[in-house]
Order: sequence, then C-alpha cells, then structure tokens
Amino acid sequence: MALSEMHAEAVAGIVDRVATRYKRDPVNMLQILREVQEACDWLPPEAIDRLQTVLGVPRTKIEGVAGFYSFLYTEPRGKYRILFSDNIIDRMAGSQPLIERLCENLWIEPGKTSEDGLVSVDVTSCTGMCDQGPALLVNNRAITRLTATRIDEIAELVRNKTPLSEWPADFFKVEDHVRMADIMLGSTMQPGDGLRAARERTPSDGYMASNMRSWREGLPSGISGPSAMLDEIKRANLRGRGGAGFATGLKWEACRNAQMKPGQQRFVVCNADEGEPGTFKDRVLLTAHADLVFEGMTVAAYTIGARRGFLYLRGEYHYLLEPLNAILERRRKENMLGNDILGIPGADFEIEIHLGAGAYVCGEESALIESLEGKRGTPRNRPPFPVTNGYLDQPTIVNNVETFAAAALIALNGGDWYAAIGTKHSAGTKILSVSGDCERPGVYEYPFGVSIRQVLEDCGAKDTQAVQVSGPSGICVGVDEFDRTIGFEDIPTAGAFMMFDQTRDMFEVARNFVHFFQHESCGFCTPCRVGTSLLKNLMDKLHNGHGSPYDFAEIEKLNQLLQAMSHCGLGHTACNPVLDTIAKFRPAYDQRMEHDEFKPAFDLDRALSEARQMTRRDDPGAHITGHNVALGEEA
Amino acid sequence: MNAPVKKKLKVATTSLAGCFGCHMSFLDIDERLFTLLEHIEFDRSPLTDIKEVHPECDIGIIEGGLCNAENVHVLRDFRKNCKILIAIGACAINGGLPAQRNHLPLSAILEEVYHTSPGLSNGLIPNDPELPLPLNQVHPLHEVVKIDYFIPGCPPSGDAIWKVLTDLLAGREPELGHGLMHYD
Amino acid sequence: MSHTFTLDGKTIPFEDGQTIIQAASKAGVFIPHLCYHPEFKPHGSCKLCTVKVNGRQTASCTMRASAGMVVENNTEELNAERRALTQMLFVEGNHFCPSCETSGNCQLQATAYHLGMMSPHYDHFFPSRPVDASHPEVLLDFNRCILCSLCVRASRDVDGKNVFALSGRGIKTHLIVNARSGNLADTNFTLKDKAAQVCPVGVILVKRNGFAVPIGERRYDNVPIGDSLETATEGR
Ligand SMILES: Cc1cc2nc3c(=O)[nH]c(=O)nc-3n(C[C@H](O)[C@H](O)[C@H](O)COP(=O)(O)O)c2cc1C
Ligand code: SF4
Ligand code: SF4
Ligand code: SF4
Ligand code: FES
Repeated sequence: MALSEMHAEAVAGIVDRVATRYKRDPVNMLQILREVQEACDWLPPEAIDRLQTVLGVPRTKIEGVAGFYSFLYTEPRGKYRILFSDNIIDRMAGSQPLIERLCENLWIEPGKTSEDGLVSVDVTSCTGMCDQGPALLVNNRAITRLTATRIDEIAELVRNKTPLSEWPADFFKVEDHVRMADIMLGSTMQPGDGLRAARERTPSDGYMASNMRSWREGLPSGISGPSAMLDEIKRANLRGRGGAGFATGLKWEACRNAQMKPGQQRFVVCNADEGEPGTFKDRVLLTAHADLVFEGMTVAAYTIGARRGFLYLRGEYHYLLEPLNAILERRRKENMLGNDILGIPGADFEIEIHLGAGAYVCGEESALIESLEGKRGTPRNRPPFPVTNGYLDQPTIVNNVETFAAAALIALNGGDWYAAIGTKHSAGTKILSVSGDCERPGVYEYPFGVSIRQVLEDCGAKDTQAVQVSGPSGICVGVDEFDRTIGFEDIPTAGAFMMFDQTRDMFEVARNFVHFFQHESCGFCTPCRVGTSLLKNLMDKLHNGHGSPYDFAEIEKLNQLLQAMSHCGLGHTACNPVLDTIAKFRPAYDQRMEHDEFKPAFDLDRALSEARQMTRRDDPGAHITGHNVALGEEA
Repeated sequence: MNAPVKKKLKVATTSLAGCFGCHMSFLDIDERLFTLLEHIEFDRSPLTDIKEVHPECDIGIIEGGLCNAENVHVLRDFRKNCKILIAIGACAINGGLPAQRNHLPLSAILEEVYHTSPGLSNGLIPNDPELPLPLNQVHPLHEVVKIDYFIPGCPPSGDAIWKVLTDLLAGREPELGHGLMHYD
Repeated sequence: MSHTFTLDGKTIPFEDGQTIIQAASKAGVFIPHLCYHPEFKPHGSCKLCTVKVNGRQTASCTMRASAGMVVENNTEELNAERRALTQMLFVEGNHFCPSCETSGNCQLQATAYHLGMMSPHYDHFFPSRPVDASHPEVLLDFNRCILCSLCVRASRDVDGKNVFALSGRGIKTHLIVNARSGNLADTNFTLKDKAAQVCPVGVILVKRNGFAVPIGERRYDNVPIGDSLETATEGR
C-alpha cells in the first residue's frame, strides 16, 4: 500500500472512532473536528473526506466550520502548536520579548510553522490567565507564569520532541488566587443541598403568580417545587452575570412558558466561554466550585423543566475538561444527575460538556447555540430569542457560570436572603477578575456597590491611571471616577477589572483592544467585518506616526457606524475602548496627531523599497522624503 | 452664466497613472468649454504649456492613480498649491487598471517584464536616475493626500464633468444624478 | 387592531409574519438592500436595509412588521450610513467596474449610485483573491464577492446541492465550493442551478457571454435601482 493510502486509512480510523463516540451526528461537528485534530495535529483533507461520508454532510459545511474557529487548522501547524496570550495585561507582563526569545530559540518566525513541521508559534486572544501571566497554550494546554528561563526550557522540550505528558507538571499549574471570598467563593454548601431545598419548597401564596407546571409535563402532581423555586429566583432579584444583566427569573419563566411542539424539549446552557479579555472568574468557579455551578444548572432544569444541559467551555480551558467530567460522574453516582434525581420520579437531567475552539463571539448566546449545534459561531437574527427558539430551535436558557452558582445558593438560602445582599437594584455579590498593575491580582468577591477605589486599595494598586471594567467591551474609568461603584445602577460588569498605572500608555491599551475585536469579528455583517479592520488600520496609522486630525474624525465616524449598524454586541461595543480613551485620555491621542495635514497610512519612502532593491538605486531620486518620517513598523 | 466676471478661477490639470481618457472627456464638454473659460483660466495642464502649478491655484483636477515616485511628487505639488483638489476617473479614485497589479509583488513583475519575457531590455531592469521608481503598489489619490471632490467614471462623461464644475462654480455641493453617475 | 405601520410618514399595510422590507416593497417603497431576495430566507448580513424602528436601528429584511411601528427609511442620516457600507464593500474586495462584465447590471454598483457614492473613501485592502476558471461554463471571480450568501442559500435551499458556503472568519471570511480541490469544475454545479442566477454582483459569471448587452441598455442604465420595484427586489 502506498504511504498516502496508509495515511488516509489511519486518518479514517481516527475519524470513525471519534465520530462513533459522537453518534455520527453532525450536530456534534465541532466536537468531532476538535478531537480529530487532537489525534492528527491538524485536519488533513483525508479527515474531511472521511467525515463527509461518516456524517453524511457536504464538504462545504465541514470546511465552513473548520475555517471559523481559530484553534482548528486545515493546514499543518506543527506537532507543538504554541499560542501566546496577547491581551494587553500579558504584554505588560512582558510577553512580547518572550515570544521573540522563543522564536529565536527555535529558529522560526511568529505565525509560521517550522520547516521540519515540528512547531509553530503565534498569538491568540486573552487566555484567561491575566493574574498569572504571561501565559501561553501549547496544543490547547495552558502554561502560566512565563519567564525567560521557562521559555528556554520549553524550547528545549520542543527540540527534544518530549511528549507534553512528560513536561514538568509545574508548567501547567493554574492558581485560583482567591483573594476575597464572600457567599460564593466562600460557600461550603454540600452537593445536593440546594436541590433538596428546592424540592422541599412550596409556593409562597402564589407570589409573582408563576404557573404550576412541574419539572416536565408528566411529573406527579403535588410537586410544587419548580414554581416555588422560580419565585425564589425572582424574589432574589438575580440578574445575569454574563454582562447584559438580564433578570434571570424572567428568562427562566419565559423558557418555562414557551410553547413546544411534540417531541421538543427544553435546554439549560451554561455559558463558560469567558472570552472577554481580562476575565477569569468563571475559570476559578469551575475549578473550586464546580458543584455549585452544576447544582445551579440542575436547579434551573428543575425549575424550567429541562432534561438536557450543556456546559460550553472555552477551548482555552481544555485542562478543566477532565476534572469537570469527573465531578459530573460523581454527581451521577450520587443521583444528582441522571434519572429520578434525588428520588423525584421523572426528574431526569443530564449535562454534557462542549468545548469551544477559539472564538470570542461564541460567548454571545445565539452564536454559542449555533456552535453547540456544530456550526459556525454566527450570531442569529433576533427575535426570536433562545428562550423560545434556542438549541435545535427549542426553548433554551443560556446563563453565565456565576449566574448558575448564584442560583444554587438561592435554592438553598432563599430569595430574600440573597436580595438582602448588595444594593437595591443589584442583589448579591459579584466576582471580579483583578489583573494588571497591582500587588495581588486574582479573584475578589464583593457585595454589589463596592467602589472602584475600594477594590484598588484591596488589591494593592498604586498610581492607578485607569481601570478597564468589564473588559474591552466595558468601560474605561479614570482617576476622577474611582468613587463610582460596581453594580447595575452605575458600572455593570461581566467581571474583568484591569488596572493601568501612570506609566502606561492608554492609547496602546485601546489599540490592543481594537486588534482584539478585529481578530474576533465573526465576519457576518458588513459594518463589523470591514469596520473593525478599518478601525484597526487607523489605530495602527496613529501608532506608526502618520496620524492627523483627519484620522481622528474618521475614527469617530466609524464608531458611530459600528454602534448603529452592527448585528451583535461585538460590533456594537468594538469602539468602546477607543471612545472612552478619547474622552478620558485625550493627551494620549493628541500626542499621535503628529501632523496637521492628512498623511498616508503607509510610509511613502518605504513604498519604493522593492524598486530600490531591484534597481540597486539609492540616489536622492530613489527616495520620497519630506513628508513622511520613516518609523518603526507596527508591532 | 454671464455674471459679471470677477477674478477668473485658476484651474490646473494633470494625468498621473492614467490614459488621458479623462482629459479627452473634459474636452467633450465641447462648446461649453468657452462658457467655462469665462470663469476659469488654465494653469499647469496638458492643455497649456505651463510646467509647474502656481501657488494659489484654485482648482486642481487630477486624472490617474499613483504608480511611481514622480506621480507622488506631482500630486503633492498640486495639493500644496491648489485650494480644491478633484480626483477624476476610476484610476484616480480606486487605482483603476494599473492597480490590477497590486496582488503581485513588484519584484515579480519587474522580473517578468525585464528578465523572463522576451524582448526589449536585454535582461536589465532600467536603473537610470532620471526614471521614477515604481511604488510597491498602485494607490488611489485619496490614500496619499486629502481629496476634496471626486468625479467617478472611466472616463466620466463630459456632462458629468460639466455638472461637477458648474456645481462648484455656483458654490453647490457637487452631485451626479442618474445617468451622470458611472463607475465604468 | 390596525395592521399598518408608518414608513417615513406613509401608512403601510402588512400581513402577519411579513418583514418590514416585504411590506414596504409590496407598498411600492424601496429600501436599499443587497443580501435580501424575496425568494430566500432573509440573512440580515449586509445591513444596507437598516432602518430606524421607533428610534432604534435594525435590519428591515429580518425585522417583522408590527402594528403601529414608526419606521424611518429615506433619511439623510441612514443614507449616509448605508453609503459608508457600500464604500466598505468596495474597498474590501477588488471592484474595478470598467473591467467587470456585470457593470450596469450590478446591484452593488446601482445601490452605490442610488446612495450618491462618489468615491470609496476608505483605503483599499487590495486583497489577493485568485479567480476560479475551472468550470467549462462558469467563471468565479471572488474579487467582487460581497459575502451576501445568496448563492449559498440558493444552492442549499433550492438546488439541494450545497455547492457554495462561507468559510473563514472576520475579514478573512470567503466563499468556498464543495470540492476537495476547491474548484467549481469538481462540484455538481450546473448553469441551470438557481445558484447560477442569484449573485447580485459580478462573481458567478457565465463564460463567453460577457458584455453582451451594450452600454446604455443594461439593467440599471435607464432605470435606477429603486425606481421600479421589480428591479429592486429581484436578482439578476
Ligand atoms: C460578543 C459577546 C461575547 C459574550 N461573551 C460572553 C461570555 O463569554 N460569557 C457569558 O456569560 N456571556 C457572554 N456574553 C453575553 C451572552 O450573550 C448572554 O447575555 C449571557 O450568557 C447571558 O447569561 P446571563 O443572563 O447569566 O448573564 C457575550 C455577549 C456578546 C455580545
Ligand atoms: S457585529 Fe461583528 S461579531 Fe457580530 S455578527 Fe456582525 S460581524 Fe459578527
Ligand atoms: S461587481 Fe459591481 S461594483 Fe463590483 S466591479 Fe462589478 S460592477 Fe463594479
Ligand atoms: S458569490 Fe455572489 S451571491 Fe455568492 S456570496 Fe458572493 S456576492 Fe453573494
Ligand atoms: S438586505 Fe437586510 S441585511 Fe442585507
């Protein structure tokens, strides 16, 4: 047999094995592609050939999906695929010299695969390790606390082709860094307590008038826990922790009341995509309090009448898959998942973990659902909303990890208890992912209403110039606003809290964020697909010393357009970092207006470089001078 | 258009990486040229023999995109000396035909033209300092200097040119309605 | 309850389930659009059809009409934003209309005329997108693809073939065809496919057929887009 045929046969074997485990169902396409790649190091055309047959779907569909996710490769990318986290916080911690060092060490160029097919080094969006960066991923496994020494060790291991399983365990250690714990991070709730409490609940005089439908149509009558549980969630005044702050009780109720066609069911989805740069609190919850999260999902299932749930875990947290599956397994054994949960007849619920593959937009709930269905992560047209038309067009709730953890606590302790914590419009606590210029980065849990100043003090921040709250899509807060508070009535947040001291250049911070949005735009709609690229080019133009007030006006026009015309939240917020820093750190921009008149974005003299080289000319006529200073290339 | 003649507006024109088609079209405004000449006089232009744009020129009209260093110098000179700059024609506006080379590296093009393909050059890429060097890519005008107005078309019709110029002379924002607006 | 809404002050009747653009075209009001086509499921990606509904901007091809809505369409603000979108589409690809067979029949070009686009305004991306000339009857010139997905929908939903799909992400999003080689010739695409007829721009071109209609008699030479509702809503 020819070598290529052997190869094709081996690949087909891998594809068959993986696909069979996923029931040969195209709805699991993303999971199948991800696992085939784990075995083959990339997605060779032979794998796609085989998938076409095994899954019975057109090649276009497979290639469309494979082409969408950053961590899926249809070209060889090496045995060792190294991706440095490229958030501004990693950069501030010195990631860039480390990238260069590794590349020099391995004799490769960033973004390219080594000639022997051994290794590639590139950057990726924030990997959620800002409190212990700089960080990288090697074949989707996180390595934290990078130093020059560690980089040299990594180079050595790669050169020696040491299998990842034999790399020092310490490399892969991820710290929780819980610096401040409250009801959630300090919870000692035992698995099952929340569920048992929910089961015992009886409706409190029809408070909020929830209807009486139970776990699912067909539960024995007389069990009133579900509607009582819904009342508690509403009473708790719980609002979503994923950023938008939608009332959780209303979402659950809408899903619970959604009409279903025969054969349909309801779904509970936990959004653990945590892609917003600078956010890592879901990582800590899933490491230290996974039971709380799963319990919350089960409580939700109980409340809305769902039988299946998904945890959508970002690919960057691949290392959590095994421990989380072990916890699910334990919960099954303890009858907290599976059939007749805790002895309630007909109370069935299962949770599956799906992994993402490097696409921030998949955190948007409708894109997440598309991704769960094995498709490209394109946000849907809304309405209809997921509560009526979600996973496989069936009623679905999508909530953040922290929202579910809170729901578990509410199940145990009741809505009134929860509502008493925090402020009037922001009940409960909020976990902040604190990183950047401070002494003690990590996760901090506060009752809502805490001031920025308080957080800065607690984490040992000095000379703080600005705080980016809720990540690039959030808001940038300057010194004179440090008395503002965290909460839906003032500064809402999905959790990121990145600090920048007086030595930092806020223009560069904004530029890093703009690069992030450009990289993560899904490309579906014109304004965001093209607009984020134009915005990135303009920010780079300023960075490269070609800026003039003209460009400034252009940026403001683009802001307007992106906000008004974009299809989803990514495009709507992509300009926020620029708008905020322009408003609050104008001098950082003014410094970039090096010219009064319009200048080209590129260096005119350098635009003659190829011709100079080809003609070997270097006379004055072979240069364009005067207007454009040659400056360093954009990094 | 027989208003009392104040001072005539100075108009300069040039063709960069273009084919003179737009200039030909300009002449297509035919007898209206005389009406126009009541209001304007030509400065540097292929229609005159003036070699440099005079400072304080009112309107500069440029055909063709930027293909080489010389194009850049002329364009900057126009920008420096003209109050209003108009890009005329597809090449000036989006690079046009010459920009079709943009997806190829310049070195590959020079190789092909002077080394690989038979003919002219006995294998040498001309390096006479008198010759302007080509740019890595062809650029439309607005990517290098600020352009105030555009007259699209390949070439724009004489009517379109007439419309924009008369709009400008009358102090209106130039507008091309259906039939006059063409990209081809 | 009345089944009408207002569009730029004009009362527009609608039926349940109709989108704003459907109701508007039925009533003879033109809303610029590129990815919408009455025969296919709306996509909502080009955003040209964006209108203001009760003060909020939204795509009129996906938004269902509801009674009493106040919709703004032909306003200077919206048209300026739509113009910026057409400019984005022009610089994103390589659109040299003078050498394009579709010129004069092209919906992007006609829409840009309609919106008074005098220049592409932004810096050009000049992407490198090789053409696919493999097929005996049809040429694919990806340089002009605006990613409207009409061919994708036509091939999937009408032809039942899935010849086309979008791949890549963000600014690297691009059209692919259903063949390992990546060549149209290796797919089961034929000239009779619906997908061969829907491209609003000059990507899917019938070979040996170019410039058949003389200038002056092409689709939009005499009747600008939007002046006849028929031209406004149909593909080529
Ligand atoms: C571009 C984008 C990315 C998002 N990423 C996340 C995410 O990583 N995690 C998350 O919980 N919500 C994310 N969201 C918000 C979700 O769409 C959704 O509102 C949230 O998961 C609902 O959960 P909650 O009500 O519990 O907050 C994102 C939204 C957008 C527009
Ligand atoms: S706004 Fe951006 S991320 Fe959202 S749909 Fe449009 S292109 Fe995709
Ligand atoms: S597709 Fe339309 S806009 Fe693009 S080049 Fe052809 S005619 Fe011009
Ligand atoms: S080829 Fe034409 S129809 Fe298909 S996506 Fe591109 S522009 Fe749309
Ligand atoms: S026509 Fe509505 S978004 Fe394209």
